[in-house]
Amino acid sequence: MIDKKHIGKQLPTFLATAEAGQLRFFAKATGETNPIYFDEQAARDAGHPNLPLPPTFLFSLEFQIPSNAWRDELGIVTARVLHGEESFRYHRMAYAGDTLRFDVRIADIYDKKGGALEFVVRETRVTNQHGEHVADLRSVLVQRNG
Amino acid sequence: MNATCLETIKVGESLPPLALPAINRTTLALFAGASGDHNAIHIDTDYARKAGMADVFAHGMLSMAYLGRLLTQWVDQRQLREFGVRFLGITHLGHQITCTGTVIERFEAQGEQRIKVEVSTTNQYGETKIVGDAVIAL
Repeated sequence: MIDKKHIGKQLPTFLATAEAGQLRFFAKATGETNPIYFDEQAARDAGHPNLPLPPTFLFSLEFQIPSNAWRDELGIVTARVLHGEESFRYHRMAYAGDTLRFDVRIADIYDKKGGALEFVVRETRVTNQHGEHVADLRSVLVQRNG
Repeated sequence: MNATCLETIKVGESLPPLALPAINRTTLALFAGASGDHNAIHIDTDYARKAGMADVFAHGMLSMAYLGRLLTQWVDQRQLREFGVRFLGITHLGHQITCTGTVIERFEAQGEQRIKVEVSTTNQYGETKIVGDAVIAL
């Protein structure tokens, strides 16, 4: 069982930057056809200072967390985990080259079906290099036991 | 790219759907690299079988990225205020996903006119895999 004592746990804050090349790769991998997501000139012509991070890309930057030790501490077994929910609340755009700060906390832990399914809710606040609030992410991971 | 006339949007209106090619192993390998999600369950069949799955399967966030495309081909991303989904079913190899959306509500919040759009992904068998909604400022 994932111990509920971890509710409220703050993970170590980290910084992450989306490189333009990584955004172009993401555009290719998702079949993106809108050039503002892979062509800097098209992005600027549309009034963006650089390539914008598409709506779900902040989730990708969260993988840059320097250590996944928190998963072991909680008792998360990667092979048994499914993604249950994901949501974003946006406050401003983020762009290639921005230095984004990720403050992550374990917001909730609960189980259903007598522990057969365990849920870990992670909430992340993202701010940019100017200290401006970019977005809030909420992820629900589901661990299948037995 | 913002050809949609936001002022005239009505509740019940559908977004232009987005149809994707069938998911294959290359799709998943590319998305693993591009998204930073290197979980072997999406790219290594041996690992997926040991974990009790029949084969590798699509990242939930790949489908959410497709839904993101559905939204941003319709409105400018700068108008997007909220976007959330629930993953209901697994998207398997060979599934041809279509993303759809419908305007379900029009309201005012934080001094803005906003709409709520219900979105979902469905495969070629009519099975819904992801449902969610997005809030867009007009």
